[in-house]
Amino acid sequence: MWKPKTLSLFPLRNWFKYRKDFLLVWLLRGLSAIAGIVILLILGFLLREALPVLEEVGITAFFRDDSWNPGEKSYNLVPMIWGTGLTMMGAVLLATPLGIVSALFCHYYAPMPIASLYRRLIELLAGIPSVVYGFWGLVVLVPLINRLHPPGTSLLAGIAVLTLMILPTITLVADASFAKVPPEYLMGAAAMGLSSWGTIWQIVIPSAKSGLFTGVILETGRAIGETMAVLMVCGNVVQTPDSIFDPVRTLTANIALEMAYALDNHRSALFVSGLLLLGVIIVLAIAAELVDREAS
Amino acid sequence: MRQQFLTLLALSLSVGWGLSACNQNSANLESNKLTLTGSSTVAPLASEIAKKFEAEHPGVRIDVQTGGSSRGLADATQGLADIGMISRALKDSETEQFQSYAIAQDGIGIILESSNPVQSLSNQQVVDIYQGKINNWQEVGGEDAPITVVNKAEGRSTLELFLKYFQLTNSQIQADVIIGDNQQGIKTVSGNQNAIGYVSIGAAERDISAGVPLKLLSVGGVEASTETLQDGSFPLSRPLTLVTKETPSGLTKEFIEFAQSENVHDLVEAQNFVPISPQKLVQVP
Repeated sequence: MWKPKTLSLFPLRNWFKYRKDFLLVWLLRGLSAIAGIVILLILGFLLREALPVLEEVGITAFFRDDSWNPGEKSYNLVPMIWGTGLTMMGAVLLATPLGIVSALFCHYYAPMPIASLYRRLIELLAGIPSVVYGFWGLVVLVPLINRLHPPGTSLLAGIAVLTLMILPTITLVADASFAKVPPEYLMGAAAMGLSSWGTIWQIVIPSAKSGLFTGVILETGRAIGETMAVLMVCGNVVQTPDSIFDPVRTLTANIALEMAYALDNHRSALFVSGLLLLGVIIVLAIAAELVDREAS
Repeated sequence: MRQQFLTLLALSLSVGWGLSACNQNSANLESNKLTLTGSSTVAPLASEIAKKFEAEHPGVRIDVQTGGSSRGLADATQGLADIGMISRALKDSETEQFQSYAIAQDGIGIILESSNPVQSLSNQQVVDIYQGKINNWQEVGGEDAPITVVNKAEGRSTLELFLKYFQLTNSQIQADVIIGDNQQGIKTVSGNQNAIGYVSIGAAERDISAGVPLKLLSVGGVEASTETLQDGSFPLSRPLTLVTKETPSGLTKEFIEFAQSENVHDLVEAQNFVPISPQKLVQVP
């Protein structure tokens, strides 16, 4: 229990001061308990809703069935796992180097006014709602790709739109972690006569490594969770793509497309895809934690 | 330490309990409030009708939510909604469970981008295109370009009606793009010269008159327009229907009677649907 550390002549005068601390601690505990419980409730809810179909057809049906045709009782999620995985990987592979390079430019090479303008622009890019990206993709990007290789709505369109969407995340995180590199390192490098590229490659990037990893994991999370934009440009055909021009459907798009119209087992099966997504995100969060711990 | 932990646990449990208790839906709490849920095709019309109804009956609140015909039926069954909205007639298996009242007629039209030279397709050609047996416009009199087949997502009543009319199953269709709502379909087809899709005629006519580069093909030799829908000759059509679980009474009955009356024909026409002629009406008992 709480005890005042110093005795004052009028202890009651300070009563509220200490009491305030006590209240604050419990308020914070309560609020963080709510935040934690919300996640557990979501997990529990997903499990409860997914259970009927899991009990009826078993978990293997989601990987072994012939196709995704809930109306005809087949629930194969594998093509959509591919869809989510490929769009995410493509976007992360493109956005990561782009983001890191543009953060380097912004932080070390650009003149002050350009750098600050550039940073504002990237922040603006982060604030655009995803449906706007999707709409732009649908009316501009998809017809362009269609001219190259029909039908236009494709894995490629999804990757391109997602890359744009996650680019600000990695750029801003990389920029922030470059700012945390101790200036003594840079001065030391300059004193030893390293070239500017040598300084960046040998000193800045290794010392900002854990920040960069966190950025990659954050952008991956955003790429997996993105729904609207992907739904509008990917074509949403359930199939394992053979080429980058084939349409794909992601797990999130599957939920968004069908949830409003789904009943019984179909609805339950959609919760299984939600559960799968949550699982992937949990794995990512654990990975981020491990990387962070290793770095410190 | 242990006691603190227990208090924390108790606190968190009570919070969790409170949160989950918020879940219950409050349809029907007050007798002057109606909740309608269901088809996204019916919902805009239903909200217009609801506005007019509210204006004529002060103090009445009508809440219209979309979510698809399946949700309309599910919510009406579970009592989450007073009235469900579906964009089709009831299936035989459902007629025992529900009472249904048609409020308007809508048709599904096949759409192409307006610069596509193809002027009409026979039913067999449409079936072959959707099954992937025909995959170049050249085979049906168009340019040498691959066909982009646009299909609707599972569970939509537009899809069900399309499949039923052309006697297809969803797994037979070889689609290139799968879309959700009418607007996404219109955007996809108007942006792709080689696409073929199907949407509600009401939505398509509205957008064509607003200058969107689209055209409607005739189906079974009948031109797709509100006129052919009106005279009943257009084959690919569906009634927009309100359903209730029990025989309607009170406010529900009043609203359904209002939605079927001539008072709302201007609203029906403004949405590019076709009013149901009085002799076809299902009378509210």
